[in-house]
Amino acid sequence: MLLQIKNLHAQINGKEILKGVNLEVKAGEVHAIMGPNGTGKSTLASVIAGREVFEVTAGEVLYNGKNLLEMPVEQRAREGIFLGFQYPVEIPGVSITNFMRTALNEVRKYHGQEPLSGAAFLARMEEKKKLVEIQSKLTNRSVNEGFSGGEKKKNEIFQMAMLEPRLAILDETDSGLDIDALRIVANGVNALRSKDNAIIVITHYQRLLDYIVPDIVHVLFDGKIVKTGGKELALELEGKGYDWIRKELETR
Amino acid sequence: MADDTRNILDEVTGKEYKYGFVTEIDTEFAPPGLNEDIIRFISEKKEEPEFMLEFRLNAYRRWLGMKSPEWAHLNIPPIDFQSIIYYAAPKAKKELQSLDEVDPELLKTFEKLGISLEEQKHLAGVAVDAVMDSVSVKTTFSDTLAKHGIIFCSFSEAVKNHPELVKQYMGSVVASGDNYFAALNSAVFSDGSFVYIPKGVRCPIELSTYFRINAKNTGQFERTLIIADEGAYVSYMEGCTAPQRDENQLHAAIVEIIALKDAEVKYSTVQNWYPGNKDGEGGIYNFVTKRGICKGNNSKISWTQVETGSAITWKYPSCILQGDNSVGEFYSVAVTNNHQQADTGTKMIHIGKNTRSTIISKGISAGLSNNSYRGLVKVTKRAEGSRNFSQCDSLLLGDKCGAHTFPYIQTENKSSIVEHEATTSKISDDQLFYCQQRGIDAESAIGLIVNGYAREVLSKLPMEFAVEAQKLLSISLEGSVG
Repeated sequence: MLLQIKNLHAQINGKEILKGVNLEVKAGEVHAIMGPNGTGKSTLASVIAGREVFEVTAGEVLYNGKNLLEMPVEQRAREGIFLGFQYPVEIPGVSITNFMRTALNEVRKYHGQEPLSGAAFLARMEEKKKLVEIQSKLTNRSVNEGFSGGEKKKNEIFQMAMLEPRLAILDETDSGLDIDALRIVANGVNALRSKDNAIIVITHYQRLLDYIVPDIVHVLFDGKIVKTGGKELALELEGKGYDWIRKELETR
Repeated sequence: MADDTRNILDEVTGKEYKYGFVTEIDTEFAPPGLNEDIIRFISEKKEEPEFMLEFRLNAYRRWLGMKSPEWAHLNIPPIDFQSIIYYAAPKAKKELQSLDEVDPELLKTFEKLGISLEEQKHLAGVAVDAVMDSVSVKTTFSDTLAKHGIIFCSFSEAVKNHPELVKQYMGSVVASGDNYFAALNSAVFSDGSFVYIPKGVRCPIELSTYFRINAKNTGQFERTLIIADEGAYVSYMEGCTAPQRDENQLHAAIVEIIALKDAEVKYSTVQNWYPGNKDGEGGIYNFVTKRGICKGNNSKISWTQVETGSAITWKYPSCILQGDNSVGEFYSVAVTNNHQQADTGTKMIHIGKNTRSTIISKGISAGLSNNSYRGLVKVTKRAEGSRNFSQCDSLLLGDKCGAHTFPYIQTENKSSIVEHEATTSKISDDQLFYCQQRGIDAESAIGLIVNGYAREVLSKLPMEFAVEAQKLLSISLEGSVG
């Protein structure tokens, strides 16, 4: 089991957002987590990545059998957890190239590997840039500075491709994307699917799931996963809307 | 700010100073205190001609009637000028003919500081003048440079061998009574570097001076004079460190630059004097007057400084743009941490027609420090068609430090354009989290972000210096992550 979440509760400023989440993700799987706004999808992603503003009040998260909640943010990243941000932040003056080289070498150091040579690094950049169809010039620019919404999201997928994580969580990567960008992002993600890693896609809409076909779909509602099914669940949600879930819960 | 960020900040701001060691070496001192006898003693020690002694005594008499400036945004404890030693020199047994005769302890000291005085081993393309306490220890590549007619030597040697140049230019940009600390320096300065680039010569290598304070209770008062004759070019770098001591030490220097017609001088500084400890004890008081004059038409002077050291910095490298179409530039990164205080900036005085100046200042404050930019842009009536662009940015790390900007703009004609932009920002928790999520720990992330913030200025430094400066920025902020 790559990721095992048991009865996870988390709050921010005293307000409980996650109210007992249970989730199991195996290597090789793609999961989609859907649900209306404000039900805790992004919070779940943040808690897995280790954002400290969220306080975990109960439950446990095991990653590769290790207690994830005890690890600092950067260690989780070095262990292979990647978060594709919904709103990637700008870092003025720091080029993507420099940023990625620093990140990649930190990860390598953690695993006892030598830093990548300049040539090897550049070759890897070229390869991954093609994957997400980003222009060569983009990587000389400062991280996310002055990027369009689409460029920011492509940059997230590019970074994921560079770091080759074992568990990637994509937090509403589809928001703000036109159809072409959506296709490119999805292609990037699909190219990274393998039997050794897993991907969790967080989204409002079924649209993205036409391109990234999930193995398992979950519905997160009011801080809990209330429904789990195959890829057809996404279509059902699209047709019936989230009210259907709400009503079903009320009648329970 | 989140607690974790604050903790990391505290950690970063608490790093140790790397150059705090002391060299045990036989040193000759003047008795502490300041009076005419001490000045005569220094002048005699240096076997100076009469005009130098006169210059010193005049400056001293003016200094006696002056007061320490109080206008800066600094809290300067009273300085007891009678307890300072004004002359300290590592004892040399005889006149040095070659490097083999330099005290190995001295060589080792500079080696430890990353400065090799052995020419064959030295980085290709950099000539060094190494100054320890009051005297120049060794100037490398002098002979090579002499073939181009370039004079690069210690100030003392220049006084002996080129008195006519010294007489003509010394005090012509910074008058001996210019300000309190300039007057003090003019009275007691002991050594420094001298550069003359003859007409039409492009200096083929970078020149650099490395200043080191070693002896206890001494002040360092060096003087640098750079003259670029018509059409000449030189790039000059200055670095400095001092041992870690509990008491404060005074450094009051003067740098004068003269650029004649079509000449260009690029002056870069990496200032890393001991900044004092975490609690604000010890550290160098750095009161420096640096000024250049673009005397001839189409001349250019460019100042680039990376300021990370000193307990107190008071320093305004300036340009007097006298020649028509002359250009002045000031690029600065000033980092303050713990209890450091800095009041630094520039003056651009536009006198010639169509003169241009650019000011890019990046202040970074951490810990409990205070960091001020103070700049004057003055455009006189005659300076028609002149332009200035100023950009002053401040970056705050943590919530206990201060950043201040004091821009002064005076324009006396209507055909000139003066622009000023200023921003203040903080390293956000979001930026740190983003870096950490990619596997970069908070401390490295701060280094990355700060270097990115300062990139515009760092890119102006000569290659040899840029790498050192980048590392220095990260080290200066280690323990301050936030």
